[in-house]
Amino acid sequence: MSVIYFIFQQTMFFSIPLLIVALGGMYSERSGVVNIALEGIMTMGAFTSILFLNLTGKSMSGQFQLLIAIVIAMATGVVFSLFHAYAAINMKADQTISGTALNMFAPAFAIFVARIIQGVQQIQFSNTFRIESVPVLGSIPVIGDLFFKNTYITTYLGIGILILSVIVLYRTRFGLRLRACGEHPHAADAAGVNVYRMQYAGVMISGALGGLGGLVFVVPTSTNFNATVSGYGFLALAVLIFGQWKPVRIMWASLFFGLTKAIAAAYSGIPFLSNLGIPSYLYKMIPYIATLIVLIFTSRNSQAPRASGVPYDKSAR
Amino acid sequence: MRKKKFDYTGVLSSVFAIVIGLLMGLVILIICNPSQAFPGFITILTGAFTHGAKGVGQVFYYSTTIILTGLSVGFAFKTGLFNIGASGQFIVGGFGAVYVGIMCENLGSMHWIVALLAGVCLGAVWGAVPGLLKAFFNVNEVISAIMMNYIGMYAVNWFVKSYKPIFNNIRNESKPVLSSANIPKMGLDKLFPESSINGGFIIAVLAVIVIYLVLDKTTFGYELKAVGYNRDASRYAGINEKKSIILSMVIAGAIAGLAGACLYLAGTGKHIEIVDVIADEGFTGISVALLGLCHPIGILFSGIFIAYLTAGGFYLQLFEFSTEIIDIIVAIIIYFSAFALIVKMLMQKFGKNRQAAKKQESGPGAEEASQKGGNRA
Repeated sequence: MSVIYFIFQQTMFFSIPLLIVALGGMYSERSGVVNIALEGIMTMGAFTSILFLNLTGKSMSGQFQLLIAIVIAMATGVVFSLFHAYAAINMKADQTISGTALNMFAPAFAIFVARIIQGVQQIQFSNTFRIESVPVLGSIPVIGDLFFKNTYITTYLGIGILILSVIVLYRTRFGLRLRACGEHPHAADAAGVNVYRMQYAGVMISGALGGLGGLVFVVPTSTNFNATVSGYGFLALAVLIFGQWKPVRIMWASLFFGLTKAIAAAYSGIPFLSNLGIPSYLYKMIPYIATLIVLIFTSRNSQAPRASGVPYDKSAR
Repeated sequence: MRKKKFDYTGVLSSVFAIVIGLLMGLVILIICNPSQAFPGFITILTGAFTHGAKGVGQVFYYSTTIILTGLSVGFAFKTGLFNIGASGQFIVGGFGAVYVGIMCENLGSMHWIVALLAGVCLGAVWGAVPGLLKAFFNVNEVISAIMMNYIGMYAVNWFVKSYKPIFNNIRNESKPVLSSANIPKMGLDKLFPESSINGGFIIAVLAVIVIYLVLDKTTFGYELKAVGYNRDASRYAGINEKKSIILSMVIAGAIAGLAGACLYLAGTGKHIEIVDVIADEGFTGISVALLGLCHPIGILFSGIFIAYLTAGGFYLQLFEFSTEIIDIIVAIIIYFSAFALIVKMLMQKFGKNRQAAKKQESGPGAEEASQKGGNRA
């Protein structure tokens, strides 16, 4: 049983950042703006918030410090994503180009600033945020072991964002308008929706969630930040497409990916799997191969937002 | 330099972006360390010439790889596909070249050509996968290419590490290829003595020319572009759109594979390192392609330009600036190159002014622009 709990907890560490960032990408794409800058946004969010953890490490610790870091990560993501929003919405620029620029800028900026501040590019932080066991809930058999032991508040935050996203997207006026802008912005405009404002909102939400995702990715898996989020932004993009731009399916996609990743990372500790004698590199490849195979069966009826990636021009027919 | 029929908007917007990017770089240097900023900035602009002809040779050597990955990405863009998988195709191609370069001993003077072709073929196979999946199963090529990047990286690490004859376990990288597998210098070492430049640069230039001719002068290239513009309309016009998509990705993969082969057969001490990191070259290729407006000739120049800046940036360490400033500058340049609209608007305004015969405004501006164009080349 303990193996199952362990795998489950590992899965969460891999899935939650993917879930958060992919949901962020969903807001942006549903409003009609492709956001391939997620990788760069994650890097920036992780950079500023980990820098905060590093600088305040002596005077603060615990959940309060993490909460402030979360706010910083989200704020950074919003500010950074505004560059993408400005290029994509006001300048009607090619969204791939500005996204690529942001992706390139973020790690270079993080290394550059880190070197100036502290001489080396790795930013250390001490992890005081792990929750051994949530009071009361952690003592429930099975469920307590699965969900409330060896965890981080960011896990619950991710689940909260998922639930909120379902409600916002399908049950609010804002969600309806956002989706309309991604499907047919001219119709939305004719109905009195301010398309530009909605697209700004979409990109900014994706910035907030992307920045948060960067922090959530680094904290459980490392004790320093080395100006990279290991391609998780691109993986989140893949999860977004895999999840067909729908929150619940994005959750399944990120859980699927997180589970295969967790098995790859932890297989040597599982007697059954380590006895099979499969080389470790094959385990590392499995998440990606499995995703490809699943995509073959699920991509037939792709449901991308129709206007995603097309700059909205009011005067075009 | 000025020909009437050519549309300069794209080139001008690139020049505009380069100027802004460099100015922002200067501002960042000034903020960090005002006293060193100007010498540092001049180093960025002229550092590549520090060692004369050798330095220029190094620029061409470094540009070889990114011109080819840029060409791979740019070619796919022209045919409506986003080849984010150049990194995977690059490393797999590099592996193919290294494998043949070490294992096939009896090929004599043909050795390097066979090794190069092995790289091209493996790259093509790696590119074919996203193409096939897109054509037959409607899988988004961006996501399948990202997956192929990781699969390629892990597969190459696995094979190099587990196959004794090609693995150098002291340095945790691939062994050097046999000297017969190194790409010949093709006389370039005489032009640029002591530098690492080799025939790879000529191969890259040839690839640029071939891709330019294919895209612009052949029916085949026209069909590829047509499918990129509108898949349904192309099918209606009788183009086999599935074949076009697959071939586009195969060719893009082959070019990226060629990039890997050229790098690891250069005989400059570059080996495949066993690290679980996606190769950077593919992502640099995206930048090169975008800055070159996805046009093969533009990519040639933008590749050399970025290599030039990078070479200059290397000497920045003398002034205690980290070399990442170059990446920042290039990122800003690419960001602003997306603003073609502004340039268009400015140019229209500019044109009106000229029509109104305000020579004092348009005169120095045009001179400035052509000067910048000269700098860029």
